[in-house]
Amino acid sequence: MDWRWDFTFDTVLPRILPGLWVTVEVTFLSFILTLVLGLVLMLARRSRSRIISFAAGEFIEFMRGMPLLVVIFFLFFLLPEVNIYLAPFWTGVLAMGIYNAAPAAEIMRGGLQAVPKGQWEAAHALNYSTYRTWRNVILPQAIGPVVPGLGNLLILAFKETPLLSFVAVPEMPDAARRIASETYRFTEPLTVVGILFLILSLASALLIRLVERHMLTENRYAK
Amino acid sequence: MPNEKIRFEGVTKRYGALTVLDKLDLSINEGEVVTIIGPSGSGKTTVLRCLMTLESIEDGVIRIDGEPLNMMERDGTLVPASTGHLRKMRRKLGMVFQSFNLFPHLTVLQNCAEPPVLALGVKRDEARKRAQELLEMVGMSDKHAHYPAQLSGGQQQRVAIARTLAMQPDILVFDEPTSALDPETIEEVTSVIRALAVKHSYTMLMVTHQIDFAHDISDRICFFDKGRIVEQGPPAAVIDAPSEARTQQFLSKVAQAR
Amino acid sequence: MQRSPIVVLVPIAFLVGLYFAVFSSVAEFLPALLNGLTVTIKVAVPSVLLAYLISVVAGLGRLAPIGPVRWASAIYIEVFRGVSLLVILFWLYFVLPEFGLTMSAYTAALLGISLNAGAYGAEIVRGAVQAVPKGQYEACTTLNYPVWHKYTRIILPQALVIAVPAMTNMTIELLKGTALVSAVTLVDLTAAGVRQNQMTYRTVEIFSVLALIYFCLAQVVRFSGVRIEQFFNRHLGAD
Repeated sequence: MDWRWDFTFDTVLPRILPGLWVTVEVTFLSFILTLVLGLVLMLARRSRSRIISFAAGEFIEFMRGMPLLVVIFFLFFLLPEVNIYLAPFWTGVLAMGIYNAAPAAEIMRGGLQAVPKGQWEAAHALNYSTYRTWRNVILPQAIGPVVPGLGNLLILAFKETPLLSFVAVPEMPDAARRIASETYRFTEPLTVVGILFLILSLASALLIRLVERHMLTENRYAK
Repeated sequence: MPNEKIRFEGVTKRYGALTVLDKLDLSINEGEVVTIIGPSGSGKTTVLRCLMTLESIEDGVIRIDGEPLNMMERDGTLVPASTGHLRKMRRKLGMVFQSFNLFPHLTVLQNCAEPPVLALGVKRDEARKRAQELLEMVGMSDKHAHYPAQLSGGQQQRVAIARTLAMQPDILVFDEPTSALDPETIEEVTSVIRALAVKHSYTMLMVTHQIDFAHDISDRICFFDKGRIVEQGPPAAVIDAPSEARTQQFLSKVAQAR
Repeated sequence: MQRSPIVVLVPIAFLVGLYFAVFSSVAEFLPALLNGLTVTIKVAVPSVLLAYLISVVAGLGRLAPIGPVRWASAIYIEVFRGVSLLVILFWLYFVLPEFGLTMSAYTAALLGISLNAGAYGAEIVRGAVQAVPKGQYEACTTLNYPVWHKYTRIILPQALVIAVPAMTNMTIELLKGTALVSAVTLVDLTAAGVRQNQMTYRTVEIFSVLALIYFCLAQVVRFSGVRIEQFFNRHLGAD
């Protein structure tokens, strides 16, 4: 095997780096959708109506057993059939946003459940309004466990974006594959993609650990 | 002159800048029951943990039967003890923990019969027979097939005592054996410990907050504060007529709480 | 989630039956999907076993007292958790031959999936071993347990129980990961579904069946996990 540095720097990197930008864009855009949908799902799961709560619970369980690729292909094929024409990029954002909503809902619910029941009762006994209860008592305590969980989910989402190359979103592995099919050289493009992923996910994991530690020192009551 | 069993010589233990044990000297004779009392954070439990080699010590020597525990003699000088030496020395010691530390995935009988097989090489049948006898002694033989989670705290602690005895130690070490118990089950545990002290004449070193119990069974009480022994002597002296101001203060606070 | 998946499986079987009655076209593409399913299972089952093995070895390696073993485990875990499964699969199948190591698509899929899942599993095992209360280690010390027995008889059996729920989730993630093996030219359940869709354009039917099959597979895993947990809990008398 021979590794060609000129090829790596002249051809591979310039073509893969735009793909990296697409990866980051998809990750963040889909994550905004994930947060919104996750919140809705979580609220539905906690709903007083048993039907809504049950339906949300089953939907979460259903989505957690479903491969992302199936969701992506489903939307990719379904949307044109119902006359919705989206660029593959936006189909990808939609698919990933929906796919990650279920775990996001579970993480948020876990955070709320971690707040001891006595805290609700104390707020009630102090005659706090609903707003005050959430704003000053519950959320500050729930946020501690939720932020690292959502942070890890964000990293997972980032690592899942390559799946969008299956539906030709011009994303890193897609770019690598195009280079490979044009030049018949797999080693450099795929290795560069792997290393970029590794660097970015290690860096983001480090970032989350820092945020976590920062929050732990900020909120002493979070233990 | 009675036989000296345990001896702490200038033992010092630090956690960073905090000195938990400060040049501790303590000697315990064979068959003697010594109880350490004192406020929390005074280093009482650390004494036991250092003796059990659960903690390292920064300075000093602990001797059992005259032989150093944490060090061993080689070519006339003292060197840090090898694992083999530690294992040999620990065979003389048995510890009962505040939180029992029974093995949750083993039955009561297995908890008592397995350690001698694995650690001492006792035959399986023999270990079972002996475990059953010991469970009989602590009044737990009818629960031999139960798992620890199915027992009350007092019952678990009695099993833990049987497990410790199964290892045939010379010296029994009790670390607040009744502190994790509901008040109504304390009595069943203290009566077992009392029988061990009186009938079986083990050498015992105990930390407890049960002042009355300590008074009953101890030959000697050590009052501990800030990593030092403030006062020691027979219960009649230390508990009933303490000479040090700090001891008086501590005992009156405990009396108030009761 | 405390509920019995069997209760869910029964109405699903009913719905599938109903499906056949209403959309007869399912019969058209179902055989192809079932072929895909066998590939998925052939990849998933050995991968699960291999991933468990790797999890235990790397997870304990991460805690080993020997520096190099610890570092090697840490590097393995960080690398295979940090890189996307898809990239790992590409790399094993397309790049390794350049280094003179050629493997079949099936081997690449199996290795890639189990190395990826094993890295996550290793962290679970490490966490579970560390979650065994300190008092258990101390009891072993004071009872003079030899190191080997300390781990095989006391620590690992307890860690295993702690690890079951997280390992169940890891197994479901692994199952979902098998959907990517079409990247190395295998035609698994997902790939079969996509192919059938390109031929028949029955998107809703095909993907509903696909989703149901994946859901049932995940439920089987979840159910087994719950049963194993119940078994241990009963055994420990915690119920």
